[in-house]
Amino acid sequence: MENLLEVRNLRKDFQTKKGLLQAVNDISFNVRKGETLGIVGESGCGKSTTGRAVLRLVEPTGGEVRFEGQNILGYSSRKMREARKDMQIIFQDPFASLNPRMSISQIIAEPFDVYRMYNPSERAQRVQELMRTVGLSNKLVNSFPHELDGGRRQRVGVARALALSPKFIVCDEPVSALDVSIQAQILNLIQDLQQKLDLTYVFISHDLSVVKHISNRVAVMYLGKFVELTTSRQIFANPLHPYTQALLSAIPIPKVNVEKRQRVILEGDVPSPVNPPAGCIFSGRCPYVMPRCREAPPPVVEAEPDHFVSCYLVSDKMPPHVPATAHSAGDSSPT
Amino acid sequence: MAERLLEIDNLRVEYHTDDGVVTAVEDLQLHVEKGQTVGLVGETGAGKTTTALSIMRLVPAPPGRIVSGSVHFHGEDLLHKRLDEIKKIRGNKISMIFQDPMTSLNPVLTIGFQIEEAVVLHQGLDARAARARAGEMLRLVGIPPEREGDYPHEFSGGMRQRVGIAMALSCNPELLIADEPTTALDVTIQAQVLELMKRLRQQFSTSMLLITHDLGVVAEVCDQVAIMYAGTIVEYADVNTLFTNPRHPYTRGLFGSIPSLDEEVTRLNPIKGLMPDPTALPSGCKFHPRCPMAGEICKTRVPQTTNLGQGHSVHCMIYEGLVPGYEE
Repeated sequence: MENLLEVRNLRKDFQTKKGLLQAVNDISFNVRKGETLGIVGESGCGKSTTGRAVLRLVEPTGGEVRFEGQNILGYSSRKMREARKDMQIIFQDPFASLNPRMSISQIIAEPFDVYRMYNPSERAQRVQELMRTVGLSNKLVNSFPHELDGGRRQRVGVARALALSPKFIVCDEPVSALDVSIQAQILNLIQDLQQKLDLTYVFISHDLSVVKHISNRVAVMYLGKFVELTTSRQIFANPLHPYTQALLSAIPIPKVNVEKRQRVILEGDVPSPVNPPAGCIFSGRCPYVMPRCREAPPPVVEAEPDHFVSCYLVSDKMPPHVPATAHSAGDSSPT
Repeated sequence: MAERLLEIDNLRVEYHTDDGVVTAVEDLQLHVEKGQTVGLVGETGAGKTTTALSIMRLVPAPPGRIVSGSVHFHGEDLLHKRLDEIKKIRGNKISMIFQDPMTSLNPVLTIGFQIEEAVVLHQGLDARAARARAGEMLRLVGIPPEREGDYPHEFSGGMRQRVGIAMALSCNPELLIADEPTTALDVTIQAQVLELMKRLRQQFSTSMLLITHDLGVVAEVCDQVAIMYAGTIVEYADVNTLFTNPRHPYTRGLFGSIPSLDEEVTRLNPIKGLMPDPTALPSGCKFHPRCPMAGEICKTRVPQTTNLGQGHSVHCMIYEGLVPGYEE
């Protein structure tokens, strides 16, 4: 399948008082046209920064982001503005991401101001159309964000992201602030829109059940790196990285009388991304840690078709003809 | 039958706001037996926290007001006790773990001091004994006692919540009210805290009222479950019954809304509509505007409690035979 987005060796460092914080640490992945790639991880793992770096909402420190084959990191700000028509974002907090002094129609139409599109009557028509698409009643057109509940606000956020008919949307924790019954409505909306408008998503969340539900493939992120990337079916059926296994086992399953997974309780907290451990980033908490893990980072290997993982326990079992350095070359990385 | 430690009857709590009177809790019945963990489940605005605060007499007044009802603890009505009597119970026999460990700890006092404060006040320990107790509690929750001189900001979120648990357990309470104790935590840290709570419950046989919106957490730790919607409990059962045989349309809707981790579900089946405006709650059954099963009568008549046997009760006209039910 064709790749819409190709990310190679993406890095984003932040200079902090305590030292260099490597929020995104040499990540490579592809997003195929029409798919949803989920990124899951705990607070501070760098998943939101990855989403923003891909859109250049934070400027990456290094690497390449190719959108439809073009490296957008080399674009001038004028060219980038054009490119952003195709690349949009939905934010987590519908309370903080909508300007409280703008009406719903102004919020949805703001992208048209930026790009000087449509005359007033066309614009009003387009706003109505967008509101219908996301399931907002026309009566709300002159309302303000504070008059709406969280679910409707998030619909406004979705409508705004759709305004310029993008091809690609980063959904950054779009349902995390919502109650379960509303969360389910928004998840269904996001899925329907993908079908109808031929959209490609990167879907970021801390909730593995949500990510697994909506994604075709899932990347598990820890301390600035992807530790595992595979189909959403395989991530549950055959998790290979010890962190993925621990993450899965930690989720309380809303069922009784089912065989519960053997719970792996991780010791300690996520270490600071300032001065991360040498070697494997998970070595500090890994229940299977070996001396070697603390020395050099394990290679990324394709354990089975479409299943990439970075762990010595897996790479040691791989036949020797698989080049252990396949990943670092970039082009042979997760496709 | 086991001893009823806590029994709430016909509790009604209102908030008098500029936008009108909000009935946060209406005719609530709930009990906790000795040694049991009862889960109180609902979405934002269901009245879960107000219920918890009522037990402790901590409903902010004004605007809040406990209008009627009773909360019996060991057979005595807490709502009719003097404030000085309540103060002896709070933090001592009944204690609370709050959702956000950052805002519930005092940032300018060491965690050791905050634990010692409670045991000095309630148990009359001297400084040395209090210090020993604080160290013991910290060790119990997996924090090195040497850190008792540290301030809350020096701990991570998970550790802070464990400090909150240590503090809540320091006087060996009979009832622990935990208000979304793991909601602010990452899953791997949540697993640590849940494990700790389960272990401590076994060790001290503390009864617990666990407030949460997460049915996964409920399945993991609770014995009994109460599902709350717009101020009332719509269904009550033991955890096995509730998960295998949910009866109320709202309970079923909640289960339909959760993405499953171990099954292939392509589309969720959410509850339509939104939580009702608390200043203008629907007439009749409060769930009727969102209910897929609702009939005409649901718009006007308030459902009564129907007992389905084995302690399973539900508030729905289907089970009173007034509205056609599910095809089983």
